[in-house]
Amino acid sequence: MISFGPTEEQEIVRDTLKEFADEAMRPIARDCDEESSIPQDFLDTIWELGLTSTQIPEEHGGGGEPRSPVTNAILLEELGYGDASLAVAAMVPSGFANAIVDHGTEDQQKRLLPLFCKEKFHAASLAVCEPGAVFDALKPRTLAEPKGDGFVLSGVKSFVPLGDRASHFLVVAANGEGLDAFIVPREAGGLRISEPEKNLGLRGLTTVSLELERVEVSQADRLGGQAGCDVRNLLAGSRAALCAVMVGLSRGVLAECVPYAKDRVAFGEPIAKKQSIAFRLAEMHIETESMRWLTWKAASFVEQGLDATRPAHLARSYAAEKCMWVADNGVQVFGGHGYIRDNPVEMWFRNARTLGVLEGMIGV
Amino acid sequence: MIDFTLTENDKARLARTRAEALICRKYAREYEEREELPPDELPERKEFLASAEAVPESGPDDTPKPVMMALQAQGTYWGDYSIRLKQSGGGLGNAALSAAGTKEQQEKWGHLTLSMAITEPGCGSDPSMVQCSAELDGDEWVVNGEKIFVTTGIRAEGAVIWATIDKSAGRAGIKSFLVERGTPGFEVPYKEKKLGIRADDTAVYFFKDCRIPRGNLLGLDETIPKKSSGGFRGVMKTFNMTRPLTAAMGLGLAEAALDFTREQLEAAGFELDYGAGLGTVPAAVEKFIRLEALFEASVLNTLQCVWLAGQGKPNNMESSVCKGHAGSAVRAITQGCVEILGPMGASREHLLEKWMRDCRITDIYEGTGEIQRLIIARGLLEYTRADLK
Repeated sequence: MISFGPTEEQEIVRDTLKEFADEAMRPIARDCDEESSIPQDFLDTIWELGLTSTQIPEEHGGGGEPRSPVTNAILLEELGYGDASLAVAAMVPSGFANAIVDHGTEDQQKRLLPLFCKEKFHAASLAVCEPGAVFDALKPRTLAEPKGDGFVLSGVKSFVPLGDRASHFLVVAANGEGLDAFIVPREAGGLRISEPEKNLGLRGLTTVSLELERVEVSQADRLGGQAGCDVRNLLAGSRAALCAVMVGLSRGVLAECVPYAKDRVAFGEPIAKKQSIAFRLAEMHIETESMRWLTWKAASFVEQGLDATRPAHLARSYAAEKCMWVADNGVQVFGGHGYIRDNPVEMWFRNARTLGVLEGMIGV
Repeated sequence: MIDFTLTENDKARLARTRAEALICRKYAREYEEREELPPDELPERKEFLASAEAVPESGPDDTPKPVMMALQAQGTYWGDYSIRLKQSGGGLGNAALSAAGTKEQQEKWGHLTLSMAITEPGCGSDPSMVQCSAELDGDEWVVNGEKIFVTTGIRAEGAVIWATIDKSAGRAGIKSFLVERGTPGFEVPYKEKKLGIRADDTAVYFFKDCRIPRGNLLGLDETIPKKSSGGFRGVMKTFNMTRPLTAAMGLGLAEAALDFTREQLEAAGFELDYGAGLGTVPAAVEKFIRLEALFEASVLNTLQCVWLAGQGKPNNMESSVCKGHAGSAVRAITQGCVEILGPMGASREHLLEKWMRDCRITDIYEGTGEIQRLIIARGLLEYTRADLK
């Protein structure tokens, strides 16, 4: 049945993470952006919340909770409300781990999942984006050529989150017939990991490029083994996750603009009393709500094992445009102040555009 | 649990709605070209009722009734705005009578089809500017004024009208009165000539020294309160169901437009690939998919709004959100579909151009998109009507 009701548990998760966003994320967000780094103790603190390990089966050391993409979408919104760089960083391991839980062979699960159930934050990253113009996630230029029992990977990946410290990468490549994802350890021969990239937004999040020069991978490291896996659905999950962060960011912009508009006086009254501003705020609210339901629908389809390609595409197409619109207008509401790096809307503007063009990164 | 799937029962219900809608569509162009009121009953109705499969009673797992109502409204208007297998009785005035009338008044007039006459040439969004007046003369009210855009205005057997008993009192002076058809001084001079929904019954009313009994004041309260009357607010409350349903109606037309456009695109060899990047997808497809996303967002806003009502939760903001969003969305969607298909979209050989004209009213009635945004902004800013105009 059609229902918009989060479970009690989901409401608790949401409320807990909203508090975390206000107390642990907002105060450090600007420094992380300026310094292009995230303090390790933030990552370890959020690791303790168990966001990654909770949905890993008990037999591998996890919490054994059922996989819940909808819950992840809900919590990603709160984290996104806190800060997009910190949100993505925190959920990078989940993106990799969930892919293994959902699509990995028994052997892949046994080998890799315990890494995410230890005390400290453990990074492993999806490698999806590529540097060429008009990147198409479903038509990567990174190729997997069959060689003997396995494959040889060649190509370049960009925007690989936390690649500076990831133990493994999940590299999406074209195999001639379709798409595959390959588990590549950082020590793999032929793999060159770049220095941290310089990006428009999500500056707090360290991203790297990967150069793959005939990197050999065995069948055992092909996600899903011989059978491969539904990479389109995997990407749909990533899209839903990025949308959730965009919903949170949009909500944050609006929450910042409302008190400012009520406070800022021009021509004898608060600017909130001018229709141009008031209507803009209303539109921000309308679009934030719209984005959320589209995101929930995509996450719900992933959760129910339905083909999430279309809902995820619609959600992403809509959210990328509208989140940018909201953040862009957030700067405008603040006028000149919105243009200064002291002001969070400045950072959210850059983050919004960045989130809207990325693929992979995280998952639901 | 958050869920967006329909049960088999849900689907059966909606399939039936769709089957009815397809029959109605056959008559759409004819009645619109002649600008005639839709027929009371279609010749196909008897056969349809005889042959259609009965839909089982809804169970606890089925989508709740308010949400199904919105989906069924969407499905009905997908067929056509005006044509029905059988026109339903009642009008917007009936809801007003239930909200504002005494028990005796409801018993007396409740069985009639009643229109609601509020808008005038000089006032729409701001009902406090109502000029239509009711002056007490002995045991009668004398009504003078003009009402326009009266839905169901010609078929109606009576009208609930807003008239002021004291212009200087503004909103507080406005009361609802019931005027029966045939009352001397109550004229229905013509049916409005509209951009769209041309077959629909939209009337103009003239009141010239129209005398009605004193007891025709709904609620019988002749006093002018210091603040806005409770009856006024009572009518405003019904917007919380009417607004999402109005959104759903427009979305039905937008869905018809999208379905037609999709068919034509596919027939012309365009493939709708929900994953293809900007580099490979044709502009027509890219634009179309954006319109689909806009449509989905609008439907979900609307369903979430009525879902809240079904849970007994307040949905004031959500009503304005879904109505405001849908109003803009259906314009963009239907205009966009015509744009994508080119000259074909502008031809009266197909219903697409009609749906574009029909759904244009969505952003205007039941509270314009601007009014919805005003309400939302006031909610966000915690501003009163005096704070933000």
